[in-house]
Amino acid sequence: MSLKIPKCFPKMKPNSKSKLLLIAFGIALLLLPFITDALLGRGWVRIVDFAMLYIMLALGLNIVVGYAGLLDLGYIAFFAVGAYCYALTNSPHLAQAFPVVFHLGVHLPFWIVLPMAALIAGGFGVLLGAPTLRLRGDYLAIVTLGFGEIIRIFLNNLDAPINLTNGPQGISFIDPISVMGVSLNKTQHFLGIAFPSVHLYFYLFLAFTALVIFVSQRLERSRIGRAWMAIREDEVAASAMGINTRNLKLLAFAMGAMFGGASGALFAGFQGFVSPESFSLTESIMVLCMVVLGGMGNIAGVVLGGVLLALLPEVLRNIVVPLQQSLFGRTLIDPNSLRMLLFGTALIVMMLYRPAGLLPSRLRRRELGGDEPAAEESVYDVTH
Amino acid sequence: MDILLQQIINGLVQGSVYALVALGYTMVYGILGLINFAHGEVVMIGAMLALSSLTALLGWGVPLLLALPASVVLAMLGCMVLGYGIERIAYRPLRHAPRLAPLITAIGVSIVLQNLAMMIWGREYHAFPQLIANTPHNIGGAIINNIQIIIFILALAIMAGLMTIVHRTRLGRAMRAVAEDQHAAQLMGVDINRVISITFMLGSGLAAIAGIMVSANYGLAYYYMGFILGLKAFTAAVLGGIGNLRGAMLGGLLLGLIESLGAGYIGDLTGGFFGSNYQDVFAFFVLIAVLVFRPSGLLGERLAERA
Repeated sequence: MSLKIPKCFPKMKPNSKSKLLLIAFGIALLLLPFITDALLGRGWVRIVDFAMLYIMLALGLNIVVGYAGLLDLGYIAFFAVGAYCYALTNSPHLAQAFPVVFHLGVHLPFWIVLPMAALIAGGFGVLLGAPTLRLRGDYLAIVTLGFGEIIRIFLNNLDAPINLTNGPQGISFIDPISVMGVSLNKTQHFLGIAFPSVHLYFYLFLAFTALVIFVSQRLERSRIGRAWMAIREDEVAASAMGINTRNLKLLAFAMGAMFGGASGALFAGFQGFVSPESFSLTESIMVLCMVVLGGMGNIAGVVLGGVLLALLPEVLRNIVVPLQQSLFGRTLIDPNSLRMLLFGTALIVMMLYRPAGLLPSRLRRRELGGDEPAAEESVYDVTH
Repeated sequence: MDILLQQIINGLVQGSVYALVALGYTMVYGILGLINFAHGEVVMIGAMLALSSLTALLGWGVPLLLALPASVVLAMLGCMVLGYGIERIAYRPLRHAPRLAPLITAIGVSIVLQNLAMMIWGREYHAFPQLIANTPHNIGGAIINNIQIIIFILALAIMAGLMTIVHRTRLGRAMRAVAEDQHAAQLMGVDINRVISITFMLGSGLAAIAGIMVSANYGLAYYYMGFILGLKAFTAAVLGGIGNLRGAMLGGLLLGLIESLGAGYIGDLTGGFFGSNYQDVFAFFVLIAVLVFRPSGLLGERLAERA
């Protein structure tokens, strides 16, 4: 063991050059919807908006998988819970289903629904995590996988005898999000510039993504975050150091669920329509893939993974389909299944060759990677 | 009363299939301490391979008596190769990695298999050819058909065979030794890589048979069938005590019973609020209940019993 100070503490004081870069990056982000509008056309701002939603989801899952090292395979279920929370409290559906109770319809303000969606999703997280988290990590994976499936069964079937979710048709006519009296659903004019609806949502999502990044960063460096990483690396040692592993794991799981729920509420307001089929296993795997591909436990990596994978379907649609058309004269592999195939392969290949992700966090690389002589090779290693 | 009997028969038949799949989970878990998420997909691939080879053989005019065993053997061989490959590619390099890594590759393999199957066999439901004259027999008012009888008896026979392999043969002794302590087994001259590969192949062979049974029973095969089946079989394995062979069998049969009785009576019990479309939910609640009240399963994870 050398006494060299590890490089995991970067210089805290940013020099003026990196500050400038940061400001330039910020401005570029703020102009992004106008840039994509000009360069790629109208539809792309919407795609970028969805990418931001996915980034928020991936950052939430990163708390569970990246920080605490728990595998959640049904993360999209919490997204679904949040989305249905928003949908039920901001659409005419409840008024139609229960005319006696809600004859005027339920239309709660955004700032009430958002925390409510987060809390309810977090509650589901606790319900699911409490029985499983005191056991081996594998059980959590399979229980979340099952939960992700049954939540869809419930959403699909709870239209009879009491019509709560409207079944497979889903809930439509959801009120758009309106912030401080400004509806995000129509073009608004500020300072003489017209901001179409997708642009307004972009800024809202950008603000929320920034908030999620900020919270993740603070969490990572907090006592709680360090405890999570200690648990991830060695649960026995962590609990010997006095960490209440079960409660902290539960906290990580519930917190991830809350982020998922909040993103779900944003999704419902943005899309104006929710149905069970938006919350399939595919989506859970996609979000997991973002975290794994980018770099578990590293915020920048997760954001990169989110951007890459959220844009992938568009790339596939625009490149693979015409390519196949010109090569074979028809589409042999549809881009959707190709996408899933790529996700699955990415999960395997990343774990085999670059387990810490494209942009690994330093701590994570030390733990998962092989740049240091691996202690695991020792004969004292007790295999589980 | 005859409805009760009918549900019990259906449950036992379905449960014996769960038990076969659960054995695959439990064997791998016993030896590696790893949940092989891809196991459900192996079941699906088995059914699909059998379907394709059966249609091809029958199409060439091969008599059914020859085509059926041939396609079963083909499906089993295919699945064994698949199981071997999965272990080699996705699990063996990560045997000493942190636990999260093999779990992630496992789900990756499962996704890849499912989508490959979708590309090869398409999204649609395939009708599985009816192989045997499906004469219904009346037992005390309940109906059981030939296929169900064959499934049940065959499953029991296979389980008995597996128990014999694990407890009476040299290979079985090696498997139990590896399950108990890999390093010690290695020091005693057991080739653990070989034993692990064989375990995967055995489990995959069972999965192929289970897949054919499910398809024959429902007359359907589709690319998505392995997912829910895998989840339920895993529940069965946990219910009986994962890592425990007898537990997997017991858990499978019990889960089948719980499911069919639950689906049969949930409507009456909840006053029509929940219907039989919630059938797939029972397994999940059983899983949660077992994890809360008896995480080691009904028969426990007795080390000496692990295979």
